[in-house]
Amino acid sequence: MKFKVLLSFLVAAALAAAASAKSITLLNVSYDPTRELYVDFNAAFAKYWKAKTGDDVTIKQSHGGSGAQARAINDGLQADVATLALAADVDALFNVGKLVPQDWQKRLPNNSAPYTSTIVFLVRKGNPKGIKDWDDLVKPGVTIVTPNPKTSGGARWNYLAAWGYALKKYGSDDKAKEFIAKLYKNVPVLDSGARGSTTTFVQREIGDVAISWENEAFLALKEYGADKFAIVVPSLSILAEPTVSVVDKVVKKKGTEEVAKAYLDYLYSDEGQEIAARNFYRPRNAAVQAKYAKVFPQLELITIDEAFGGWAKAQKTHFADGGVFDQIYLK
Amino acid sequence: MAGPATSLAGKPARTGAGTPRVIRNPLWVRVVFMTVALLFLGCFLLLPLAAVFAEALRKGVGAYFHSFADPDVHSAIWLTLLTAAIAVPANLVFGVAAAWCIAKYDFRGKSLLVTFIDLPFAVSPVISGLIYMLIFGLQGWLGPYLGSGDHPWFGEWFNQQDIKIVFAVPGIVLATIFVTFPFVARELIPLMQTQGNDEEYAALTLGASGWQTFWRVTLPNIKWGLFYGVILCNARAMGEFGAVSVISGKIRGETTTMPLQVEILYNENNSVAAFAVASLLALLALVTLVLKSFIEWRHAQTRPSA
Repeated sequence: MKFKVLLSFLVAAALAAAASAKSITLLNVSYDPTRELYVDFNAAFAKYWKAKTGDDVTIKQSHGGSGAQARAINDGLQADVATLALAADVDALFNVGKLVPQDWQKRLPNNSAPYTSTIVFLVRKGNPKGIKDWDDLVKPGVTIVTPNPKTSGGARWNYLAAWGYALKKYGSDDKAKEFIAKLYKNVPVLDSGARGSTTTFVQREIGDVAISWENEAFLALKEYGADKFAIVVPSLSILAEPTVSVVDKVVKKKGTEEVAKAYLDYLYSDEGQEIAARNFYRPRNAAVQAKYAKVFPQLELITIDEAFGGWAKAQKTHFADGGVFDQIYLK
Repeated sequence: MAGPATSLAGKPARTGAGTPRVIRNPLWVRVVFMTVALLFLGCFLLLPLAAVFAEALRKGVGAYFHSFADPDVHSAIWLTLLTAAIAVPANLVFGVAAAWCIAKYDFRGKSLLVTFIDLPFAVSPVISGLIYMLIFGLQGWLGPYLGSGDHPWFGEWFNQQDIKIVFAVPGIVLATIFVTFPFVARELIPLMQTQGNDEEYAALTLGASGWQTFWRVTLPNIKWGLFYGVILCNARAMGEFGAVSVISGKIRGETTTMPLQVEILYNENNSVAAFAVASLLALLALVTLVLKSFIEWRHAQTRPSA
């Protein structure tokens, strides 16, 4: 008797799980610091889509280190759209799982990066170590917080910004490598994602400086008060282009292709750009850019394509197994 | 006259006055040891527990209860309960069956089976999660066929089923079952071994069927041990983080359990809500402990008469 009850319960639970999986919702698999951005944006898109088609759309969110999230999608996480920290992680969806076509990045304007950001420094009140530029980070006695480039997209932008600076200042790859090695000697802990790093710096109070996404640094000021932390803008940084793509294999199976595409297109709309800017991402739209010009400081920005020959190459040289990062960090 | 003698021997060192002077410790030794133990308990158990509740109530009772209004938190609580509701009965059945085999029969490979039962205790929960990812993940052994229709023989069938295991409730339940595997069995094996087979033999000789023997003889004998195992199993099932974290995919409002939700809320700078959910988990743990003590007490009460 009791076994029958138990059995029917197990079957019912399995059915319930199967039924909930069939409901039509979008899953946006994203990287760490975009939580707040997409909470805002999802509400706006649901309203827009309801007005346009009359359909209710719920967008579920999943956040983690960008590389880890790409890995999860390849492992079977049913993402309708991937909004990751950098193109290399979306490339992995093609390389490993063949979930997107090879030319995915050409499908949307601006290299499929609807908003950009850059890398800045977050320091403690009054900037006690006097950090002004990248050179100040490699001084002995300075502790730096930055996430692990293996799992975090933000961390790779951090690394490449520092490399770009050193390359420009010292003129050779060898010197840049030396500079980066010194910099990572000052890093006591590598968190797996950008948000974890912010928590380490802000709440656990580890480190003199956090190398961080600009948007994440602004958010930390907003959440914890501008009196406790300050943003330091280095002389040179990198134009970080977080990229977005529909995950073709998933939307074809789920029949959500149309709404998933509309979702990403809406990121480029005036309202989408406005929401991005409000959440401290640099907008692409010129009008919205002008409106928020005071928020975002002007600085010299290198790009991944010019300075590193694109993500595929940068990924292979610096972050693949046995790449430059492994050589300097494992030593 | 044998009665008082055995009861005295059965309760050594209970009452200080009755114990011989040679095995009694001096007062200062007892005081020092008690103080150290209590201080340790205070620092490492009570203080963090108090901190959880203090942090959760930092912005007042209103904010505390407001934290539970979040639909994602609802879903996390529901998923945690659902997972425990499937994992615990499954391990209950398995635990009793395994303990029965091991305690009542001799067979080849018995010690191997015992070792395997202990395996989940020995491996890190992260590995437990990764095992299922390696089997059912899209790049894993079976995963590519699930819901894709690529399998050479069963392709069409797989396609129609659209089975989701990793990044969905079944994966979370599987990982939890794996991690909580040994609790019930480990609790029952020594108990059943000490009890031996005599009562079962007696029942069988008197004409009871196998099931009757199990329900009327074996089960009442192992009742308290079984409850105890189930409670421990349940506590672990609700609190498991590592294995579930690997397999969950962290879809908010869908595949986050309470421990994962605590981490998410904490990372969102929402420490009041994070600690509010943590306090609920802590309360569940406290209820578990109270139940556990009660069962130990009942067990102690019933054993001398049995």
